Amino acid sequence: MAAVRHVPILRGGAPYRSLDTIRTPHYRTREPFVEISQANAGLIRRDLRNQEGARATLAAFRAKELYGICARASGLFAESSLPLGDAAQSPEEYVRQVSATTGLPNAMVRRNMQKIRTVLADAEAVVNGLTRHLSAEVFDAGYAGDVSYFPRSDSLGVVLPSNSPGVHSLWIPAFAMKTPLVLKPGSAEPWTPYRIIQALMQAGAPPQAFGYYPAGHAGGGEILRQCGRGMVFGDAASTRMWQGDPRIEIHGPGYSKIVIGEDSIDDWEKYLDVMVASILENSGRSCINASGVWVPRHAEKIAEALAERLAQVVPRDEEDEAAQLAPFADAGVAARIAQTIASELDGGLDNGAARDVTARYREGGRLAVYQGCSYLLPTIVLCDSAEHPLANREFLFPYASVVPVRQEEIPRALGPSLVVTAITRDRGLIARLLSSSNVGRLNLGGIPTCKISWEQPHEGNLFDHLYARRAFQVAV
Amino acid sequence: MLARTKAAHEALDAWTREIVEWHFDPETGCPFWLDYARKLDWNPRHEVKTYADLDRFGFFQDEWLRGGPVRRWVPKAYADRPIYTFETGGSTGVPKSRINVEDFRIDYEAFSNELPDEFFPRGSDWIMVGPSGPRRLRLAVEHLAQHRGGICFMTDLDPRWVIKLIKRGKMDEAEAYKQHVVEQALTLLRAHEGIRSMFTTPKLLEAICEKISLKKAGITGVFCGGTEMTPQFHRFAVEELLEGAYFAPTYGNTLMGLAVHKPRLAEDDFAVIYYPPAPRAMIEVVDPDEPARIVGYGETGRVRLTTLTREFFMPRFLERDEAEREPPYERYPWDGVRNVRPFNRLQKAVVEGVY
Repeated sequence: MAAVRHVPILRGGAPYRSLDTIRTPHYRTREPFVEISQANAGLIRRDLRNQEGARATLAAFRAKELYGICARASGLFAESSLPLGDAAQSPEEYVRQVSATTGLPNAMVRRNMQKIRTVLADAEAVVNGLTRHLSAEVFDAGYAGDVSYFPRSDSLGVVLPSNSPGVHSLWIPAFAMKTPLVLKPGSAEPWTPYRIIQALMQAGAPPQAFGYYPAGHAGGGEILRQCGRGMVFGDAASTRMWQGDPRIEIHGPGYSKIVIGEDSIDDWEKYLDVMVASILENSGRSCINASGVWVPRHAEKIAEALAERLAQVVPRDEEDEAAQLAPFADAGVAARIAQTIASELDGGLDNGAARDVTARYREGGRLAVYQGCSYLLPTIVLCDSAEHPLANREFLFPYASVVPVRQEEIPRALGPSLVVTAITRDRGLIARLLSSSNVGRLNLGGIPTCKISWEQPHEGNLFDHLYARRAFQVAV
Repeated sequence: MLARTKAAHEALDAWTREIVEWHFDPETGCPFWLDYARKLDWNPRHEVKTYADLDRFGFFQDEWLRGGPVRRWVPKAYADRPIYTFETGGSTGVPKSRINVEDFRIDYEAFSNELPDEFFPRGSDWIMVGPSGPRRLRLAVEHLAQHRGGICFMTDLDPRWVIKLIKRGKMDEAEAYKQHVVEQALTLLRAHEGIRSMFTTPKLLEAICEKISLKKAGITGVFCGGTEMTPQFHRFAVEELLEGAYFAPTYGNTLMGLAVHKPRLAEDDFAVIYYPPAPRAMIEVVDPDEPARIVGYGETGRVRLTTLTREFFMPRFLERDEAEREPPYERYPWDGVRNVRPFNRLQKAVVEGVY
């Protein structure tokens, strides 16, 4: 058995090996795979006493220099060996390590790696998208012409998830916007944020700009309390205490959806690929995966067609380039989700009926075991109304409901939805979607929900989160 | 070393006989144990010859200490003495109570012998930044200071309120309360120059050091305990908080008394190792599934306490902690415990606040 790798804490970019560690197992063998140093809350608080110093270090760089560092880091991240504790980590090792602890197939990790590479390479374009093309002077001088912004915080604290590496692309622009980062990685995905930080430092970023604190729940809370601005990823229960705190941006379930208008519904077959990609990509783990297809007609036909396509997706070896499904690192979680769906299907009589359309197309049940690991196979549930408990649900695997809904009920019936792909040209429907506060991102036309334009904001605009505009005049 | 361990063991057996005789003698014993003995089909005074024989009592139930009448625990020999009652926990339900006459003074005077005078100077003053109210620590630390010729400055801290706030998810209020305690401490430290020694809890030590330099405040010795202390915290305190002040971690509670720490050695890598105040109390590490069995050295198990004083007899009490069993040490030739922490199987039920 290979030696267990150690991931240290980074304090101002410098490795610190804690006496308190956790061991995260390999998803399949359950053998300890990585030992991760854990930061005690007092250590985090102590380090965060001098956030102004970290910001001053970054402020000494010009924005263009930081974009350049990001661009150089993109290549290093994707192609070079970078430090990992006392040893080096090649890109291929990185891919295998992420797979080992999260269960994501190698091919999916590589795709996520490319996402991160793109965001680093195009940091300037991403920041321009977020600032709506403000001059870089706003960051360097504090103003450009009569436009002035000030930083709301000396740092951005982020409590990260373990579900997919692509999520790390969300905080990267903060560095390019001169905001030091204080990160708490997920216990099964310490790899990606560590590697991004190493790439940035090798590319010339000042180490003081980075705090990396693997820690328990208390450590995460400490980071969010101590940093002026924060982001937290998690389910409704784990993020509840930050609801209503304007300093903290919450990234929970997305409930993303595809909506087809009356005008386009008869052509639904044309959009089958868009629907499949939206549900299946990244093994359905992202908040931007569609978990519902809401249509005025043909719900059953659409559900059958999706089921037939998705039922072909089966577990494969992690090294198989065609692998599209990730197992659950914790078999108990998979069993609980399967049970939840089963009981809602059985017990839905009071709220209308629902049917697992995929059941007919696959052999065996929804919960499958392959190479000793638990998988949930893609599941399409046809609901007879939006009120059914399975109509507006999100699970950590390719799951979607197909829901018949009258067009005039959209978007009210959708509820909060991070991404809505609306396949319609109906001006009235489009106008209602545009004016809805429930729609976080809106794609008009056949764009998969998970296709991201990095120049666009995601669940709140990071620039707006980190900077605020002030009134500003200069005497002539 | 072997001879010293053997001697300590013999002393423990002799002390056990003396204490059992005391508690089960109708002239000196307390109503609880006298009543208990009447229901037994064996006579502890005749049949307990060694410390190991205490296994015959089975396990001490913590429910016995919840609720009254508390006087059933007062040995007849002390019936006319002023009685203290000290409480543990109590964030929910009825707290456990232990009566005291002189035990806290005896225990802390013994502990005082383990503190280096260089860092806890005799005649200098103390500050107690820990739980007030019905806890033994509040009086015990003050007595320790007085015993060493100093005066103890006190703060107000109700740990039960902190635990309630944490359970309700009111972290901001818990933080504000912690700062309220820290401010009390800082005010006293600024106003009284002669304070050299401090008692506090790990979390409050961190919070104090976020506000001031202990060195500049004149603190040369910190006696720290009350909650779990990890090796990482120990290292963090020594390397980053204390600025050369002596760190004396302790493990103790109202039921047992307090255990002293093994002096820090490089090979222990900041492990927090404690030895009980034998023979007045013993700490053992037992198999959680078979708690009559003591685990091997270095093995992990549940902490089991036995208290043997004239005021309190508590055989085989299963603590809500786990640890590794530590071999005897030169200065303390009996078993110790390494890295005590909340018992894994009960962990969800335990909420530790600042205390």
